[in-house]
Amino acid sequence: MAPLQLTGQVLDVRRAGLYTVLSLTAPGLAERTRPGHFLNIGIGGEESALLLRRSFAIYQVQSRGVYGGSVDIVVGVNGKGTQWLVDRRRHDTLSIVGPLGRPFTLPKDPANCILVGGGYGTAPLFMLADQLRERGCRVDVIAGAATEEKLFGTLEIKRAASTLTVTTDDGSMGVQGRVTDVLDDLIVKTNADVVYACGPMGMLAAVAEVATARGVYSQCSVEESMACGVGVCMTCVLPVIGEDGITRMVRSCVEGPVFRGDRVRWSEVGTVPPDTLGAPSGGN
Amino acid sequence: MSRALFTSGPIGSGSPLPAVDMSTSIGVFQTPAPVFTASGCAAAGKELDQFFDITQIGGIVTKSVMLNARSGRATPRMAETPSGMLNSIGLQGPGIDSFIENDLAWLRQRGARTVVSIAGGSVEEYGKLASKLRNVEGISAIEVNISCPNVEDRGQVFACDPNSASNVIQAVRRNADTRTPIIAKLSPDVTNIVTIAHAVQRAGADALAVINTTLGMVIDLDTMRPALGGVTGGLSGPAIRPIAVRCVWQIHQALPDLPILGMGGIRNGEDALQFILAGASAVSVGTVTFHDPSAPLRVQQELETALALRGFSALRDAIGYAHRGPDLPELEEEPE
Repeated sequence: MAPLQLTGQVLDVRRAGLYTVLSLTAPGLAERTRPGHFLNIGIGGEESALLLRRSFAIYQVQSRGVYGGSVDIVVGVNGKGTQWLVDRRRHDTLSIVGPLGRPFTLPKDPANCILVGGGYGTAPLFMLADQLRERGCRVDVIAGAATEEKLFGTLEIKRAASTLTVTTDDGSMGVQGRVTDVLDDLIVKTNADVVYACGPMGMLAAVAEVATARGVYSQCSVEESMACGVGVCMTCVLPVIGEDGITRMVRSCVEGPVFRGDRVRWSEVGTVPPDTLGAPSGGN
Repeated sequence: MSRALFTSGPIGSGSPLPAVDMSTSIGVFQTPAPVFTASGCAAAGKELDQFFDITQIGGIVTKSVMLNARSGRATPRMAETPSGMLNSIGLQGPGIDSFIENDLAWLRQRGARTVVSIAGGSVEEYGKLASKLRNVEGISAIEVNISCPNVEDRGQVFACDPNSASNVIQAVRRNADTRTPIIAKLSPDVTNIVTIAHAVQRAGADALAVINTTLGMVIDLDTMRPALGGVTGGLSGPAIRPIAVRCVWQIHQALPDLPILGMGGIRNGEDALQFILAGASAVSVGTVTFHDPSAPLRVQQELETALALRGFSALRDAIGYAHRGPDLPELEEEPE
């Protein structure tokens, strides 16, 4: 279904640790949204000097209610654009385009699923966990971050999961270490069929490596820097191996953000591998 | 120059604005609508067709295509700048054969007017691209992106040298269908853009696209290195609009009969009108599409309103209107 371009109104702005959750009116968005979809938001109004829209994973959607549908996103401030966004107040209006991208693929039959979120990369996993459980899947969650305050929604996601394992680099909460320090054991213990992950590139690379080594299918939602979010600017590319075995620079906004973990050439993200289709050094 | 009387009353007075004839032409290419996408800002139209009906605008200018498939450069390919952005994509694309078979076929079936933008690393490559497009249905015009490094001339950009630029245009003219208008896309990064305009016109260009991005650079303060993988990048967006309007003005002044597709930071209908008044026959909306995916159609509607508000009944009457001589004095002086 085609994405919508609409003007949404801010319903609520609330702090959640280091992050801010924005609730926006978005009629029609919920019906189109599947777990893993994202949306983008125009920054600074019509005459803004910040031209590029900011992209956010869709955290929650409500299809009904007094507002005719709404959407929640989780914002981490990392620049002027996101600062402007968290400074919005109730009744402010925002330009929203979404849902965008290719969502997570859900198993047809009940399966054992592990969901891994890094920092606020847990945001798209709530909807995913709910829908997996509706299909009779077992859901185990790993949430990791550098410190406790950089985790998002750990209490809430516990309700949707059979088990929750928290890791922090500094040990301020849960197991001290990385998500991948506990992932391998959990794959074995739960006899996992699929690993879903969202978070920083380095974490996704490590998660995909562990899953692939165990012969487990993985789906990773990447965070690449985007300009348009709709597939026209060619900014957000990364090297991905296609069904035909050929590596192409593919757009994470339309061919992603969810990729099969064993298809992304993680260690070469940020480069054009020499055997990529159309690469300057050889290739073709 | 006919200019309809201003009869609509002030904005908000309730009376509907009269319709404006928005038709225009770029050489022999006649179009009912004057706003186009800009090359590299619309892929090949399909993605934007989800947000507005692409057959309602002047047409789609496709991303510059080269002879062979091309991966483009490493990331980061983009850096946001004040009222603009830098890009260093490196002409990622499928190559001309795949483009004709897939992208152009889709545009033709969709009924969109299409300007095919081509780019090459040598004069020969441009010629080959033009001959590949011969007898292919559904091409309204060919845009020749000459802001590429010439591999046979130490990477000197074609657009920056009148001889190289005209060699490319001659090669395209010789190999393209004689009926297909050729639009040469000029770079603002030259000492005198009028010299280049003259050169490509003599070489057979039917029209000009003015302007391409202007070269810029950003240093990332975290890494203390260039922000872009390609080190430098093309600056686009509203930040470059005054440069673009100046270039259109200078070229129209020197070559008033040469049609210009004006572009550079057009964000709304009033911006587009500046280009028309400076001498553009049509305009392209580029980077602002990243801010608003339905911008091309919105700008076109706003341009019609902006023309109507100023009493124009046809867009053609506004082309180059800013170049007119001093207004005639009133016939009757006020009695003392």
